[in-house]
Amino acid sequence: MQHVDGNAIAGPLAEFFAFDITTAVARCNGCGFVAELARAMVYTSPAGSVLRCASCEQVLATLVESDDRAWFGFSGVSAIEVRRR
Amino acid sequence: MSFITRGFSGRSHERDERLPPGQTLVHDFPVLSAGPTPEIDTAEWEFSITTETGGVHSWNWQQFMALPIDEVDTDIHCVTHWSKLGTSWRGISLDTLFENVETQYDYVMAHSYGGYTTNLALDDLLDGKAWIAFEFDGEPLDPEHGGPARLLVPHLYFWKSAKWVRGLVMMGEDEPGFWEQNGYHLHGDPWKEERYW
Amino acid sequence: MSDASTATATTATSEPARALAAVPRAGWHVATVAATRRETANAARLELEVDGWPGNAAGQHLDLRLTAPDGYTATRSYSIASSGSGTRVVLAVDRLPDGEVSPFLVNEVRVGDRLEVHGPLGAFFVWRPVDHGALRSAGDGAGGAASALRARPVQLIAGGSGIVPLFAMATAHAEARDLTPFRMLYSVRTPDDLFFAEELMALAATSDDFRLDLVYTRRTPDGWPNPAGRVTREALEGAVLPATERPIVYVCGSTGFVERVASWLIELGHDARDIRTERFGGI
Ligand SMILES: Cc1cc2nc3c(=O)[nH]c(=O)nc-3n(C[C@H](O)[C@H](O)[C@H](O)COP(=O)(O)OP(=O)(O)OC[C@H]3O[C@@H](n4cnc5c(N)ncnc54)[C@H](O)[C@@H]3O)c2cc1C
Ligand SMILES: [Zn+2]
Repeated sequence: MQHVDGNAIAGPLAEFFAFDITTAVARCNGCGFVAELARAMVYTSPAGSVLRCASCEQVLATLVESDDRAWFGFSGVSAIEVRRR
Repeated sequence: MSFITRGFSGRSHERDERLPPGQTLVHDFPVLSAGPTPEIDTAEWEFSITTETGGVHSWNWQQFMALPIDEVDTDIHCVTHWSKLGTSWRGISLDTLFENVETQYDYVMAHSYGGYTTNLALDDLLDGKAWIAFEFDGEPLDPEHGGPARLLVPHLYFWKSAKWVRGLVMMGEDEPGFWEQNGYHLHGDPWKEERYW
Repeated sequence: MSDASTATATTATSEPARALAAVPRAGWHVATVAATRRETANAARLELEVDGWPGNAAGQHLDLRLTAPDGYTATRSYSIASSGSGTRVVLAVDRLPDGEVSPFLVNEVRVGDRLEVHGPLGAFFVWRPVDHGALRSAGDGAGGAASALRARPVQLIAGGSGIVPLFAMATAHAEARDLTPFRMLYSVRTPDDLFFAEELMALAATSDDFRLDLVYTRRTPDGWPNPAGRVTREALEGAVLPATERPIVYVCGSTGFVERVASWLIELGHDARDIRTERFGGI
């Protein structure tokens, strides 16, 4: 299966954050592209989901889930902008 | 809250004593991957081992294919609870590739085309335990399955068997690779269920 | 192939910030199947009564988790064909021949069955009716600018089961008597593969603000003006609102379909920021 949109992992992420973080805007460390996480590309590998920059394909974030824990890594994002209103 | 869904069994999940704990049997070969599939022409392909002195041992495809080839029949175990038994591969043993490599270091970072990394102990790669495989089931390895060549370390969970491998870099200490930084176990022995941190 | 947005400038922040305003909080719920029906020979419509469902915006999805007796679970995402504040949720599922979950949902699920769902999810791929009163009174200033953006026309582009969230948008548009011009391009294999066929025809027949264009990829109805075939760039150009009208474009379907359409939209001059995509997977 090919990639889907960042939007598609709103479910697992809703278990971490009190709001829908896929609507938050993030800046790619690799190329500086700024966009909602929902616009990133999601690759689902057996090990976990990888969010990649829609512009340069660099890894923005990773999501790993076990039965009782989950890990969210933001290794490729320089900052996340969250709207207050 | 979880409850059993009436009538749902999922894809058949057989048990077998050759399976490590928590694993079930599959017959197909899931091909999901963490990024776009790199298309690497064997004309451009290169594999290298880099040591602490900066020494580089490298092979192009022709040189690589001139090395002695092993036939490997083995079971593979994915951390997402599936195992596939009796898979057959052809590849070059890491023992062959390390024959002339001088190193005092005990750990290795495997690097792949496409940027993926995974860490391994040198002990897990030597003594007939690991290969750079280029054939699966009698066919050249598909790009989707890691072709032209992937690492094959069947006694560890399959995420350690890096697809599209391009080189190994010796490390003095064990450092986490891509998935190991993001939740996965540094070692990954399926018989000990070393899945996560 | 990479995402459509590659082709454009380095920033793509959201257009109307208010379109992303808070949606009901996601949570796990128990859904009871209230009705099922064949949608097509290959697909089913499931109507769920979801205990505690907080309502959802048009375009959102949910995650559905199935659990086998041995504890094995499978989770898949499904778009919601309905919207609003009620606890009824409508799904439409296409059966993939060797799929694990979709054949179960299409062939096995019966009225009274209970399913676990997590949602509503995804506040990005949503459409909300325009508050025209607010739009008129807002005048200038930031609020006015945002409302003006929201009054832009909407182009919906669906491939196969990708119609589901777009059908929710079209229905919400009609129910709100929203005056935003809507145009929908829907690509399906044959006339027998149309989801929500009656409802869509009714919408197209009764609303001046909704226009439906169909593309058949394998077989057309008798007397259809165009031969069967995939959506081409030319067909797209002919059937979608032109970039000069600055429509907000929602594209949904298999990953391959969405990729093709989105890259053509960019070539046709649409701004990547105005295109919202929902890829269902597959090739
Ligand atoms: C946000 C979102 C919303 C979705 N909404 C809907 C919806 O409203 N209706 C609907 O029917 N589906 C929808 N899908 C797709 C759905 O989640 C499943 O992927 C689909 O039902 C297949 O699941 P499965 O278990 O039957 O197939 P699997 O067992 O997962 O896969 C079987 C085979 O089909 C391939 N495949 C997987 N997905 C697709 C696909 N979409 N198209 C073609 N081939 C595929 C796989 O690569 C595999 O070879 C949505 C997906 C996402 C991400
Ligand atoms: Zn980038």
